[in-house]
Order: sequence, then structure tokens, then C-alpha cells
Amino acid sequence: MIEDTLLAGRGLSLSFGAIPALVEVDVDLWPGEMLAIVGESGSGKTTLLNVLSGRLKPDRGVVWYRDPAGRLADVHAMPAPDLRALHRSDWGFVHQDPRQNLRMNVSAGGNVGERLMAQGARHYGNIRDAALEWLRQVEIDADRIDHLPRTFSGGMLQRLQIARTLVTHPRLVFMDEPTGGLDVSVQARLLDLIRTLVARLGIAAVLVTHDIAVARLLAQRIAVMQRGRVVETGLTDQVLDDPQHPYTQLLVSSVLQA
Amino acid sequence: MMQGYNFAYLDEQTKRMIRRAILKAVAVPGLQVPFGSREMPLPYGWGTGGIQVTASVLGRNDVLKVIDQGADDTTNAVSIRQFFARTAGVATTTRTAEASVIQTRHRIPEQALREDQIIVYQVPQPEPLSRLEPSRAETRRMHALADYGLMHVKLYEDIARFGQVAISYDYPVMVNHRYLMAPSPIPAFDNPKMHMMPALQLFGAGREKRIYAVPPYTEVRSLDFDDHPFRAGRAPHACGLCGATDSYLDEVVVDNRGGRLFVCSDTDYCAERRATGHVGADGVQEAAE
Repeated sequence: MIEDTLLAGRGLSLSFGAIPALVEVDVDLWPGEMLAIVGESGSGKTTLLNVLSGRLKPDRGVVWYRDPAGRLADVHAMPAPDLRALHRSDWGFVHQDPRQNLRMNVSAGGNVGERLMAQGARHYGNIRDAALEWLRQVEIDADRIDHLPRTFSGGMLQRLQIARTLVTHPRLVFMDEPTGGLDVSVQARLLDLIRTLVARLGIAAVLVTHDIAVARLLAQRIAVMQRGRVVETGLTDQVLDDPQHPYTQLLVSSVLQA
Repeated sequence: MMQGYNFAYLDEQTKRMIRRAILKAVAVPGLQVPFGSREMPLPYGWGTGGIQVTASVLGRNDVLKVIDQGADDTTNAVSIRQFFARTAGVATTTRTAEASVIQTRHRIPEQALREDQIIVYQVPQPEPLSRLEPSRAETRRMHALADYGLMHVKLYEDIARFGQVAISYDYPVMVNHRYLMAPSPIPAFDNPKMHMMPALQLFGAGREKRIYAVPPYTEVRSLDFDDHPFRAGRAPHACGLCGATDSYLDEVVVDNRGGRLFVCSDTDYCAERRATGHVGADGVQEAAE
């Protein structure tokens, strides 16, 4: 594999029974870059995300991750405690449905502070300050800190999930349709927020989306998937302005022009 | 001693099985060891776990004390004490200092325990994370990976809402810097007594089929935050009978006009203090009776 990649998948294959969800997929991600995975539903985007993040074991293939010390580790050969430690410090996961990630019976501040406490933070005042700071960064009012997430709107929940994920300053974030299910104006604000935070913190991210506009706005590189294969990959603007593969051409031409 | 039963009621194979679980529990302080809990002749919640552990460690020369909420004279304590007096024929006592095995529900005696004593706790819920994480598979994984951030989230929530940790009993502890453990529903006041205790501490949960242990001289730390240290709460009164200001107190309603009496929950401790001449505000001089 190429020098200094942060995350690399090689020859990833996975079938669910007779259905090939991934076929010989290669992926590279460099530090500080955002890679969008686009494709129609059922094309294997989320499966690829789960395999890359170690949540799903592939039938064949390897996922390499380079830790802060520069060592390469095979994500799927890693002992469970190490993978868990990675998931709660170096990595973050943003779900499409924030309810999957948030604790709905724990206040907003507790939700943001959980990863800090899991890492061993034991000073209440510092945890609360960090939670307040992150609520400010994701534009949630400071006086909502002790409110339960179920009193929050959909957009606020998604922003709270982002605060909860980024509070430990991860190097790599996996995002599964972070703007799905939100109305257009909320989506725009959220995209703007993600773009600002990711750029400022220098986070690398793998973003799964079916929305080409989201990919164009956020990602430097793009991989187009169809039936478990990556059919085209390259710089986002290049791929979207001059699509080579027939499926990519179809995808780009089918976007509604506002 | 009653005929027709094995010594201390349980058959020897069952006792061996429980002793194996106890040995494993002692070897890994704070780890919940599953065991084949038996039906006992008393209802779940009355101490079926504690009684099985006691039956397995009891020898013919042991002296047994049983307390329930600190008291030797409550139904639960009296029945279990009689049960072992009849099925094992062992000597029983109410004096903490004279006992070699102490089975307890919800208290640790005020008098410091010694190396030659064993204290057996009755445990209703051995899993300290049960109220936070409903899946037992997940809590086992959390124990295996020492992933205890969630417990601190609970403490965080308490401080955010009430300004302090609002757990007054079954206050979670870290054992030997490794396992998070439920100390059974003893008051938080008793938690510091578990730390570096010279006596062997055994915990039995009959319904949940778990045994765990804290060996002598093991570190037991109550969870807290650096800026909100653990505090052992206690009613700010002196015992009405013996005048003790260092013991855990029960509040007793004494009449229909709102009269209250605070007394030591450890009846043996209170009685011994009164026998040596200590008198509280509502007490009577022993000699005057």
C-alpha cells in the first residue's frame, strides 16, 4: 500500500448468502481528507462502511489502519479491547439516525461527556466545560445542556451526535448518511457545520451518501459503487463533471436541477 | 441438630460446586462468577444466595451471626440463624466479635472485622450496570473490556441534576482497580469499610445465580469525580439510646404526633455501648431498669 495512507482496504469481499454485497473493493484514505462513497440503495455503501470500521468482518480482504505512532494495524485481526479503544478515542461514527448513537435518557451534557469519561476523564468541572464548548460549536444553546435529547428537534439531535463524536478529537470519522431524513434548510446548515469542523480539526472522514450534492460539497474524493463494486473513483469534481462509467453518467444526469 | 438433612442443608456435591465458584471469585476480585443456584426453603429476595454461600463455607466449629439491616432480631435474621442452628448444629451469636461467619443483608457491622472472620452478603442484583444497560451480554462485554464510562455518566447526571451523587445505597465500587462491583444494597456509609478489610467478603446472589468476592486487604474504591469526592452520608444525629455519633442510624417513628427516634441500625453495637454505660438522649441507664 501507498505510504502514509490513514486507512486502506484491499480486496474486500463480502456476500450475504447469494447476494454479493462487496466484490474486490479497494479503498484508500489519506489523513485530513474526506472520501464520499455514493451509489444507489443496496449498492453496498453502508456494508463497506461497516467493514472499514471493523464492525463487520469481510469474507476476504484486509483493512489497514495507521495509528498515531505510524504503525499499521489490521483492523479485523485486532483484539476486541484494542478495536473498542480505537472506536472510543481515535475513531468516531455518525449514524443516519442519531437515536442509535445517543443515549435518549441521558442529558445532552452527559451524552457529550460520555466518550471523555470512557477515556478516563474524572473531573466533573472539566467534563462539563468541554460539553458546553462542544454544544456551542454545534450551535446548541448552552442552557439546553441538562435537557434530555428527546426534547430536541431532528437537526439538533444530529448536531448533538456530532458533538458527542468529535469531543475526543478523533482522527477518523465514519459518517452514514449524516444528513438523511432532514429537511433541506436544516441539511444545508448541518453540511456547513460538518465542513467547517472537519476542516478546522483536520479530521479524515469516510462519508456514505446517496446525495451527490452532499458529496460534492464535502468530499475531496469520491468512490461510486454499483452492486458491490467500486465502478469509478477519483477527485470529486473530476468524477462528477466528467463521468466515465455509464452508471456514474446516469447518476449525475439523474440529479434534479433546482 | 435436625436428622435427615446433610450438614448445613445442602448436599456435598452442591457445596463443592459453590466452593469452586467462591475460589474463582476470590482469585479474581470483583468478577461475577456464575453458579448453579439451588432452590432454597425460603423465597427469592430473602437471602437465597447468601444462605448457599454460608452453607458452603460453614464448618462444625464456626460461630454464626446473621443480621438484617444491622439488626439481629428481625424476621429474616432470626429465621436464617435458626435454619443453620437446626441443619448444621453450629453455635450462633449476636455479638460481632464472637462470630466467625457473619451473613448480612444491607449492612456491615460497625465493629471492625478481623482476619479470622468471613462476611457473607445477600445480593439482590449483582450487576452494577443493570439499570444503565439492559443487555446482559453487553454488560459482560463492558466488564471484560473494563469499559466503565457509562457508570460515570450516571454519576455525571446526578451531579448535573442534584448537585451531588444521589446514590445512597448500593453505591458502585471499583475492586482492585479492575472490576466494577455492586456492593449489595449496603448504605454508601459502609462503603469505606470494604476498603482493605481484613476479613474475607463473599457475595451471593441466588436468583441471579452469581457469586463474587473481595479477598482480605483488597482495594475497594467508591466511584467519584476529582472535584466531587465520595462522601459517606449519615443522618446528622446521635443515637437516641447509646449516644453514638459515628454509627449508621435508623429513623424510627415512635408516636402519632410526629415523634422521631434515631437509633443505631447495628443493634449489637448499640447494646454493647449501652452495656458499657453510654446513654443517649432518649435512653435509660441500664442499671436503673
